[in-house]
Amino acid sequence: MLGSSRPGAPVDQPSTDVVQGTLDMLILKSVSLQPMHGYGIGRRIEQISRGVFRINPGSLLTALKRLERAGWLDAEWRETENARRAKYYILTREGRKQLAVETADWSRRVSAIARLLEAEG
Amino acid sequence: MTLLRRVTLGLRALARPDLAERETADEVEHYLREAAAAHRALGLSEEAAFRAARLELGSPAGVREEIRRHGWENGVEAFLGDLRYAGRRLRLEPGFTVIATLTLGLGIGAATAIFSAVNHVLIRPLPYPEAERILAVWDIREDGVQLDIAYGTARELAARARSLEHLAAMKPWQPTLLGAAEPERLEGQQVGAGYFGVLGVRPALGRGFSPADDAAGAAPVAVLGDGLWRRRFGADPGVIGRTVTLDGLPYQILGVMPPRFENAAAPGVEVWTPLGYDMSQGRAWGHHLRLLARARPGASLDAVRRELETIALHPVADFPRVPWAALEHGFRVRPLQDEVTAGARPALFALLGAVGIVLAVACVNVAGLLLARGARRRGELAVRAALGAGHQRLIRQLLTESVVLSLVGGAAGVGVAAVAVRALVVLSPAGLPRAHAIAVDGTALVFALALSMAVAVAVGLLPAFAATRGDLREAVGRGPAPARHGAGRDALVVAQVMLALVLLVGSGLLFRSVRRLLAVDAGFDTPGLVTMQIQSSGPRLEDDSTRLRFFAAALEAVRQVPGVTAAALTSQLPLSGEDDRYGLHLDPAPAADPGELGGGTYRYAVSPDYLRTMGVPLLRGRGLTSADDAGAPRVAVVSASLARRRFPGVDPIGHRVRVGPADSPPYTIVGVVGDVKQVSLALDEGEAVYLPVSQWHFADRVLSLVVRARGEPGRVVPAVRSAVWSVDPDQAVVRVAAMGDLVKASAEDRRFALELFEGFALAALVLVGVGVCGSLSGRVAERTREIGVRAALGASRGALVSLVLRRGLALTAIGIAMGIAASLVASRAISSLLYGISRADAATYLSVAALLGAVALVAGSVPAWRAARVDPALPLRAE
Repeated sequence: MLGSSRPGAPVDQPSTDVVQGTLDMLILKSVSLQPMHGYGIGRRIEQISRGVFRINPGSLLTALKRLERAGWLDAEWRETENARRAKYYILTREGRKQLAVETADWSRRVSAIARLLEAEG
Repeated sequence: MTLLRRVTLGLRALARPDLAERETADEVEHYLREAAAAHRALGLSEEAAFRAARLELGSPAGVREEIRRHGWENGVEAFLGDLRYAGRRLRLEPGFTVIATLTLGLGIGAATAIFSAVNHVLIRPLPYPEAERILAVWDIREDGVQLDIAYGTARELAARARSLEHLAAMKPWQPTLLGAAEPERLEGQQVGAGYFGVLGVRPALGRGFSPADDAAGAAPVAVLGDGLWRRRFGADPGVIGRTVTLDGLPYQILGVMPPRFENAAAPGVEVWTPLGYDMSQGRAWGHHLRLLARARPGASLDAVRRELETIALHPVADFPRVPWAALEHGFRVRPLQDEVTAGARPALFALLGAVGIVLAVACVNVAGLLLARGARRRGELAVRAALGAGHQRLIRQLLTESVVLSLVGGAAGVGVAAVAVRALVVLSPAGLPRAHAIAVDGTALVFALALSMAVAVAVGLLPAFAATRGDLREAVGRGPAPARHGAGRDALVVAQVMLALVLLVGSGLLFRSVRRLLAVDAGFDTPGLVTMQIQSSGPRLEDDSTRLRFFAAALEAVRQVPGVTAAALTSQLPLSGEDDRYGLHLDPAPAADPGELGGGTYRYAVSPDYLRTMGVPLLRGRGLTSADDAGAPRVAVVSASLARRRFPGVDPIGHRVRVGPADSPPYTIVGVVGDVKQVSLALDEGEAVYLPVSQWHFADRVLSLVVRARGEPGRVVPAVRSAVWSVDPDQAVVRVAAMGDLVKASAEDRRFALELFEGFALAALVLVGVGVCGSLSGRVAERTREIGVRAALGASRGALVSLVLRRGLALTAIGIAMGIAASLVASRAISSLLYGISRADAATYLSVAALLGAVALVAGSVPAWRAARVDPALPLRAE
């Protein structure tokens, strides 16, 4: 979908779509450290994953709206450090619980897959 | 919590759409700026950085739309948007909109009207508390024919049946109310004391009947209906306890029934009095009472049936029975509702089916219109698709338009139904029970709404899918699309023709039935005959000989009226609704007498020249003469069918018969006359005996006057009435009718069904014409270029016309073939309304098919003519 490279992303490596169903978890995790705005969340996921995951802005902003509606994120308009108004997302208590649930679920799945691969190998 | 949050956030977005929109836009804008800033930080120029950020984000409008689409409120908003858009589109095409909503409105309206009738007449319970507990009870004869109940039987059931809470016998009563300018005959009922208890309704004023009121010889009392009370007593609450003079006797008024009281068992009755029977009376064992009962709470219909069966089969000494009411074959018990509505059921259900077909044809028509419109709109849809509207979104938009159409049509339909229901009540045969209760009520409105939604889907689905099928992008900028929907449209034409044929076959069969019925020989000479009823009443005419003298004098006075060529009296008038039958026994009884048929032999006590006045042909022997009077030997004339069946191979003349009680004096048969239809033209029960009125063992209180007059028979009526009143001004002369009208009325219920069927069939025929014309026109419009090429290449006009017509006729032929197959099955629904005709009647099917073919031909000729006038130069110019 995106034809151009993003600043800070390794140009030579192909980017991967976020694994189905994990976008919510990645967003919740990013926000769990500090309140962030939409662009910041996208950048953080991309940077921490070293450019493996790139998130389409449309999907990202839609997911944020969905999580806000679900009550896992609160939102607040604030001034950014460079004096622009931005919508900051804050993890709620329910969001923190949901993150714990999703993380546990994810670890279980990853270790299961790892076991399977080892057995095959 | 979460749900609450979803709802409130959604509602906020709905309430302030601008605010929500603004927030989303700001967020997207912020994202864009941050991205641009990041690019700038890597050294790109301001402009390049912004371009790169735009590229990364994609179209901001697209992203905004993607975000906006999330959340439940968006569905509502989209629906409202669709609705607004649909309204705008429909306003832009007023011709299409008006035709489509009118078509649907008529269909939905007619369906709602018939549904209202079915609902009120057949489905809704009778207007009594726990109406399902009210039952009608009949005696059964050995051949299964139901008989009226004898008082002795009713009395035994009242004492023995535990499963019945109330029980009341009843019989019709037509008292004459004196005191006004003209004596008024009232419809009344003589009822057992439990009658109002059976119905569960109390008088609004005063009280009902007590068992003491019902005792033989008790002082006469009456309960009035609300209408009579208002009409004749000025709604005076003080009438209770006062007396009213009926048939010359003072009746004390006990009560007045409530205004909304409906006497379902005998509609039109407005005065009641107790029966006053006891077992000492000879009539106590006559089969002439109807019996109603209210089951005890908790006693099911089956339980009542079982108990009555047991009672019937186990006589007890306290209640001795007579041989003809020995109850050896038990009782027939059924809910009063079934009893009252049984006659109307077949016609109403047939009409429901017919109106369903009309609605289906209307739907098919509108679907065809939508299909053509969808094809015209492919360009528009393609633009919307290019702007980002998904496939589903487009289908939803189109369906919304058909929902709007159907709802507007449904609203129009409710108006149509309100008018149609009134027309239905006016048109309905006198025999349609509870007709006055038919109205468009809440249930009907819900029905109309549900029907409209169903119609919206039925009408919109196929066109919506057809319009959005395939790759829409190719259609951008092309305007009206090429022919792609031929198959769908052809199927609609075929379906329409098929449905219309089924309806046409139904009305054709009914039409021929009614014609045949009216062509049936009633057995007498109808034209020039006028009839009326003379009701003798009052103490002055109390004894038989005075009454006979009054009738004789009245008859003589009528004969003197100028214009009257013949006049006679009879105790019952053919086809007037009267049904007066007696047992007829041969004397001496032969070894092998086949016995009575049906409910007995029709007994006519007549003045000597009745048969001549009516024009009933004398087949053998002699008729009755004025010499056959009270002192002369008793003589009788019998009908041909009675002679044939009871005297097989024997000349009945000279044989003797007893009529009524087996110990009554015998009559010697002196003549045989032709059969006469008594109850209905459709029934073949012609066994009758004619006796001189002066020789019958009691003098009837009510006799019908039959007058044959020169010219228009109605003209002599006032003079005839005055002639009767010149003898005694206090006697009621009622039920004036031309004999021809009575004959016509006998086909009334079929005529009612026929008229509605004809209306529906006509509507379907018009719709089919419009449908075929529209479909072929669409075809011609789409293929204008091809036709032009053909014309340019030398195709004659005739060839072009036949090109179009062949198509239309081929589709019609398929529809007709399918319709014939469907009719063979569907006509079962009206089989009980047919008379003298098979429901597979070939002539009907053929003529209906020809009619439909002709309509298709006419409808197709318009587009065919248009095709023939296509300019051969057109394709060249169009390129």
